[in-house]
Amino acid sequence: MPYCKENTLEYDPELCNSCGVCATVCPHGVFKADKGKARLVMPSECMECGACAMNCATGAIKVDSDVGCAAAMMKAALLGRSATTCCD
Amino acid sequence: MDRLIHVLARAGVRRNEWRVSPGLYRLGAPGPNSPVFVSANYKLSFDALREALEGVDCYILVLDTKGINVWCAAGKGSFSTDELVYRIERTGLADVVEHRRLIVPQLAATGVAGYEVRERSGFRVTYGPVRASDIKEFLESGKTSDKMRLVRFDLKDRAVLIPVEAKSALPIALGASTLAYLAGDPIAAAGITAASVSGFAGVPALLPWLPGEDFSIKGFFLGGGVALAASIAALRDDGASLPIRLVRAASYALLLPPIAAFASLNFTGCSTYTSPTGVRKEIDRYVRLMAGMAASGLIMNVAQRIARAAKG
Repeated sequence: MPYCKENTLEYDPELCNSCGVCATVCPHGVFKADKGKARLVMPSECMECGACAMNCATGAIKVDSDVGCAAAMMKAALLGRSATTCCD
Repeated sequence: MDRLIHVLARAGVRRNEWRVSPGLYRLGAPGPNSPVFVSANYKLSFDALREALEGVDCYILVLDTKGINVWCAAGKGSFSTDELVYRIERTGLADVVEHRRLIVPQLAATGVAGYEVRERSGFRVTYGPVRASDIKEFLESGKTSDKMRLVRFDLKDRAVLIPVEAKSALPIALGASTLAYLAGDPIAAAGITAASVSGFAGVPALLPWLPGEDFSIKGFFLGGGVALAASIAALRDDGASLPIRLVRAASYALLLPPIAAFASLNFTGCSTYTSPTGVRKEIDRYVRLMAGMAASGLIMNVAQRIARAAKG
């Protein structure tokens, strides 16, 4: 199902060591790593979960990951804090 | 019985009782070369894995994720590199098995850095499939297929989340409806609860078929349906003048849709595909509108009541 096309995912192929873990962990098929360096094939599908960046040993991937909890975000906005916690 | 327990667990009833003790578990008769699966200590996660592994001799390393499922625990940091490395040491796993390979659920990857686990523990992380039901196929082929790696959001996935949403939204809706009923407005009473239910249950159930990409829009759409019914009910001849009835109808048209939209917006947190960037945009775009509509609806409703009282 389509959702907001914009996200904070950044990928620098220069730093990629072709390990392929980004394609393995992405739940939305954003990366493809069949041969050589990983390729960003469906960037707009990214939900900013952060799995790829977390597992990228060379730091080639960056993304602002956060729990996408609307209630936490609204509460944070009202209290002037950042939304890092979610419902349990 | 287990099914009933699972339903209660999802709804968060006595949540602490759905925890499995962290540690190393044996399934069947595992030996030093048997595979090791890593799991969260949420009973539903553990049971799904255990059922999928029936007939396989293996170990299950259960982490302390505070009774939270794999994906949520990984996102919030309790299913983490630190916890995994700690649990490997604590259980003496290196002396139990001769190999150095762990099968970690793919959705734990938001909290676990495979390369770091290897550096710190010597164990190499292999990410298994998203769904435990694909594990046998994964064990046969030794790797995950593209299909196994993708999360879905099928009707069944969405339906099990409805009780979770109901638990937080329904008490508020029923409270507001009770107030409306006591204030002598049964249409508002029915409308408020119906709008809330359409947002937290109708939107999840009908998600792919509702218009718009934004969850708020989907909620406005269903809430609009509830509002239409309430407005039609308000227009019936109850002795008040037509302008008064029109104001009352308009008050429902403004009050009810944002209730559904708000409940629907909150469901983004349960979805498997919405990004925080997108949710933030929705909040910026719609929350003020929702508040404005609800407030105007409430004011109009009070106004038509005063007009009725003045005439009566």
